[in-house]
Amino acid sequence: MSGYWSGIITLLSINVVFAYGIYLAVATGQLNLGGAGFQALGAYAAAWLCAEQGWPIWATLGASAVVAGGIGFAFAFPILRLKGVYLVLGTFAFAEVVAGVIINSDALGGAMGLPVPEFIDWNVPAIAAVCVALFCFYLMSTRLGLAVRAVHDDDVVCDLLGVDVRLVRVALFALGAALAGFAGGLYAHAYTYVEVQTFNASLSIYVLLYVLLGGAQTAWGPLAGAAFFTLLPELLRNTLPAMKSGLYALFGAEGSMSPPDESWRFVALGVVTVLMMVFRSEGLITRTMVERISHPFRSTRKEAL
Amino acid sequence: MAEPLLSVENLSIAFGGLKVINDVSFDLEQGGRLALIGPNGAGKTTIFNLLSGVYRQDTGHIRLGGEVIDDVPSRKRIGYGMARSFQNIRLMPHLSVVENVMMGQHARPDRPGRLLAPLSIFGRSRARAEAEALLAEMGVEVAPGQDVSTLPYGIRKKIELVRALAARPRLLLLDEPAAGLNETETGELMAFLDRISDSGVTLLVVEHDMALVRSLCDRAVVLNFGQKIYDGSTADVQKDPLVLEAYLGPRHAGESAKEAENVA
Repeated sequence: MSGYWSGIITLLSINVVFAYGIYLAVATGQLNLGGAGFQALGAYAAAWLCAEQGWPIWATLGASAVVAGGIGFAFAFPILRLKGVYLVLGTFAFAEVVAGVIINSDALGGAMGLPVPEFIDWNVPAIAAVCVALFCFYLMSTRLGLAVRAVHDDDVVCDLLGVDVRLVRVALFALGAALAGFAGGLYAHAYTYVEVQTFNASLSIYVLLYVLLGGAQTAWGPLAGAAFFTLLPELLRNTLPAMKSGLYALFGAEGSMSPPDESWRFVALGVVTVLMMVFRSEGLITRTMVERISHPFRSTRKEAL
Repeated sequence: MAEPLLSVENLSIAFGGLKVINDVSFDLEQGGRLALIGPNGAGKTTIFNLLSGVYRQDTGHIRLGGEVIDDVPSRKRIGYGMARSFQNIRLMPHLSVVENVMMGQHARPDRPGRLLAPLSIFGRSRARAEAEALLAEMGVEVAPGQDVSTLPYGIRKKIELVRALAARPRLLLLDEPAAGLNETETGELMAFLDRISDSGVTLLVVEHDMALVRSLCDRAVVLNFGQKIYDGSTADVQKDPLVLEAYLGPRHAGESAKEAENVA
């Protein structure tokens, strides 16, 4: 396999794991804009344990999930008292605090970052992503998964139906934080270097976009969202500059053309994002769509209602 | 006399300085059908919210099946056999018809495997089959996989009732079950509620449709400004001077009960 493709698969796998981490919180109706913070916790936990303590890779990966999940669990109790936009800002602030602590910590290399001595190839993230996806599909198919979606829709009624709303929210937030941390551990070993600048606000925004645009109603959503937004920029990498030079040639202005650059990818990405929000705000994949595909011969609409 | 299923004793609650429920008491025997009526703002829905634990009363006690449930949190009251419907339909909009009904089973103690039992990976689970059977039994003829948000009002109202029934309650609290229904739908609802009641479920109904109240319930409790002003048979309720005064004002209260019946 060429280096290019193994690079893409690694990135895609890490993004899928990361997206599922945010998805679990979003599925209960809580927008987690602190994804980068939890990923940073996992990445630095893995990096530090590998570099300073010499732990083997399986142990550092496990620890990355445990550290981020544990901190996510402790953080969930105060933060989940917040609702709506305040919760979003609270999680966002959490990620900033994590970045601030890391950058000022000598043990974690500060702004210099930490090198990670152990390297994993594309296959480990790929297997991890498949396992995480299967786990999330299982989770959402259980009684708990149904309760999660119900809590997303109406927490007051869920409470009266006997659902422990707080338990569901805290559990899913913490589990999601663990997955985001696990994605960070995979990142640390796949790129063999962690620096805090990687885990910035736009990373948190992107991963939340994967989930919201992929669709938060079913476990297919984050998979579709992460795949779409990881692969789309790659597809656009060559086609867009070609389109650009074609456009310039149309107006007879080849001479004044700047060399093909990558900036247009992000313009196209932005346009796609806005269009998605306008035309399909519930996300790419909805429950009704999954239902229709899995039962193609069963009419979902009775005639003459 | 046997212990009543539901017993409300001197219940009061104030929001700010306003006494919304003032020293209300009533009993409801096992298998009974009681209507809770009164003008707008009389406190009917507040009583429901107190019973289901959304609010905590300032004073007074609520007994269900002989047990005081004052300190039982709202989440656990369904375990005591109390389920309710809502004045404005509160179905989960992104869940399918059958999934909404399955949520009604959530607190049932006979559900095996509890939270981590898969419901849909390996074909149709028992929970789903049971929910679909209950929907069919109650005559809700829509595809179980359909989104509830696209369904007509009358059908959503029924689905909400089926969801409450899925909890296998002893006591069913219905908040304006006929509101917004046309005549045919109201007739269907009546038959529906008759069947539920015949199966042994105790009904406590808030309703404005007096025809429905009279044909469904034999007894009514009338509230006005948070106080109980009448407790007796539904046949005589519109002859009671206090009830007439509550609905029509003191000036008209002396006029004939026949006329009052048309208005109320």
